[in-house]
Amino acid sequence: MKLSKEIHKELYLKMVQTREFEETAARLFVEGKVHGTAHFCTGEEATGVGVCSALEVKDYILQTHRGHNQGIGKNMDINKMMAELLGKATGYCKGKGGCMHIADFSVGSLGANGIVGGGMPIATGAALKQQYNNEKNVTVCFFGDGATNGGAFHESLNLASVWDLPLIFVCTNNLYGMSTHINRSMNIEDISIRASGYGIKSISLDGNDVVKIYEETIKAKEYVLKNGPMLIVLNTYRWMGHSKSDPQIYRTKDEVKEWKEKCPVKRHKKYMLKNKIMSAVEIETLEKHAVRDIKAAVEFAENSPEPQIENIFDDVYAD
Amino acid sequence: MREITYAQAINEAMSEEMRNDKNLIFIGEDIGIYGGAFGVSKGMFEEFGEKRVRDTPISELVITGCAVGASMTGLRTIVEIMFSDFLTLAMDQLANQAAKNKFQFGGQGSVPMVLRAPGGSGTGAAEQHSQSLEAWVAHVPGLKVVIPSTPYDAKGLLKTAIRDNNPVVFLEQKLLYRTKGEVPEREDDYIIPLGKADVKRKGKDATIVTYGRMVQISLKVADEMAKEVIDIEVIDIRSLVPLDKECLINSAKKTGKVLIVHEACQTGGFGGELVSVIVDSDAFFYLDAPVKRLGGLDIPIPYNPGLEAQVVPTEARITATLKELL
Repeated sequence: MKLSKEIHKELYLKMVQTREFEETAARLFVEGKVHGTAHFCTGEEATGVGVCSALEVKDYILQTHRGHNQGIGKNMDINKMMAELLGKATGYCKGKGGCMHIADFSVGSLGANGIVGGGMPIATGAALKQQYNNEKNVTVCFFGDGATNGGAFHESLNLASVWDLPLIFVCTNNLYGMSTHINRSMNIEDISIRASGYGIKSISLDGNDVVKIYEETIKAKEYVLKNGPMLIVLNTYRWMGHSKSDPQIYRTKDEVKEWKEKCPVKRHKKYMLKNKIMSAVEIETLEKHAVRDIKAAVEFAENSPEPQIENIFDDVYAD
Repeated sequence: MREITYAQAINEAMSEEMRNDKNLIFIGEDIGIYGGAFGVSKGMFEEFGEKRVRDTPISELVITGCAVGASMTGLRTIVEIMFSDFLTLAMDQLANQAAKNKFQFGGQGSVPMVLRAPGGSGTGAAEQHSQSLEAWVAHVPGLKVVIPSTPYDAKGLLKTAIRDNNPVVFLEQKLLYRTKGEVPEREDDYIIPLGKADVKRKGKDATIVTYGRMVQISLKVADEMAKEVIDIEVIDIRSLVPLDKECLINSAKKTGKVLIVHEACQTGGFGGELVSVIVDSDAFFYLDAPVKRLGGLDIPIPYNPGLEAQVVPTEARITATLKELL
C-alpha cells in the first residue's frame, strides 16, 4: 500500500495538531482555565490519528478518556473541543460534559467515555445497527490496556465474535493503567493474544508508526466487514501523567526519556523527508498551520459564553 | 372485553410494535427459541426471526450496552434482563451510559430503549432472584421507570415505553405474569401515557398509594374493608419516573389519610419519596393523620415459603396499618 502525499499531509497535520492541543490544554490547566481533570495523549498521537484517518464519516468510533487524538483524527471541530475543555456553552457538550465526554455524532464519534471500557458494549450496538442495515461501514472501539482486564472487554469481544459484528477493537497499550504497569496487572506481555479466547483475529503493532497503523486499519476495515470483529493492539507510551494530579512516582525519568526518543511525530517527519514525500519547508508550513489552528481554538473558547443555569434541565430527557 | 394474561399483554405490546417498526429489535437471554425464562416472548422468534429477536450470551453488561449503542445510532431496542436482580450486572451501561448519554453529549442524540426485567418475591427463588430494585433506578436522572399492575396497563404502558425516546426501565412482576385481565381487541391500538397515575378504586375514607403487585393486594384489602363500610381509595402510580404528583396530592386532600405500600425494602424505598410529595405540598394541611408507609422488611428475601410470604406487605399487615390510620 502506497499512501498519497495528501494522506501523509493529513496524518502529520493531525498529529501536530494533537500535540499542540494537548500541550496548550495542559498550560490552560495550570492557568486554571481548564478545571476538574484532563487526560492527555501526548506520545500516543499516531494511534488515534492513524486509525481514524483511515475511516469514513459513517464509520463510528467510541473514544476513550484520553482520546483527543481520536477526535482530531475523526475530523472533529477543534474549536468545539477546546471550548468544551473550558466548559463553555459552545463546546461539544454545551459545557456539561468536559474532556471525558467529547462527542460529535455528525462525524461519527459516538463519544468519549469516563468509564474504563464503557464504550465497548456500546460499540457492539453501533456495529449491530450497521450490520442490521447492511451498511458497508464499521465501528471502531478504542480502549486502553487497563480496560482489557475488565468484564466489559470479555463480554463485548465475545458477543461481537458470536454475532460477526463489523467491529474493530483498538487497544492503545501505553503500558500503564493510571500508575500500574501492565506487568503488575496481567500475566501476559502481548495483549493481542487475548483475542484468541474469542475466536477472533488480532495483530499487535508499533503504536508510534502512524503509516503502518493507517494501512492496517484500511485492511482491518475490509476484514471485519467480511469476517466479523478483530483486535488491534497499538503499543505506545503515555508521556504525561495519568491525569493532571499524577506525581508519576511509579516510573523513572529514564523510561520516559527513552520513549520520548521514539516520538511518533518526529518519526513520521523523518520518514517523509527520507522518502521525499514532503520538503522541510512544506512540513514547517504544516506545523505552523497546526499551531495557528490551536491558537484559534483557544481564542474561540475563551471568547465563548459560559453556559447558563437556566438551561441546566435541557437534555436530561429527550422529547 | 376479552381477557388475557399479563405475560400475553406484554408479548402483544412487543409484537405489535415490532410489526409496526422494522427498526425495533429485541435482545436478551433465552428470549428466542426458548420463548423467555417466563415465557413472555413465546412465538416472537418464529414470527420475527433471529435477526430481530436475538438470543444472547449470559452477559447482562454487554446486552444492555449493545442496546445503548444500537439505539443511539438509529434502531429502537427492547432488552430483556431475566431477573431484575441482574440489573446489578448491567448497571454501568444503564446508569452511567444510557441515562447520561443525552445530557453529557450536549443533547446530540437519544437512547430509545426499553429494558424489561421482572422483579418481586413469591416464587421461592430466594435472595438473588426476588428483589424489588425500582428505587435504585428511579434515583438516576435520565431514566424513566414503569411498573404495571394489570394486563391492560402492561400493554398500554409498554407500547408507550417502546415509542419513548428515552431509556425506560420497565419492571414487570413475576407473580402477575399468569394473572388475567381485560384488554381491548388486538386492532385497538391503545396506549397509556407515562406519568399518569390510575385511581384503581375510588374511595373517601383513606388513600392507599402503591404500584405493581401491591395494587392487587391493596384492592383485596379495600374490598374487605368495604364490608365494614370503610371506603378506601387505591391509587396505582404506574410510573415512578415521571411521577403523577398531582393525582397523589388530590387524593390526599380528599381523604386526609394516606398509606403508601410497596414490596421493596422500606428503608430508602420509593415510598419515602411518595410521602414527601404529599407532605411537601399543600395537601399537608388537609391531613388528619401522619402519612404511613408500609414496605418490605429490611432484609434479603428468604427461601422458605412461610418466611418469604411474611417479609413483604400482606393483606393482614396492610389492613392493620390502615386501621391504625383510621
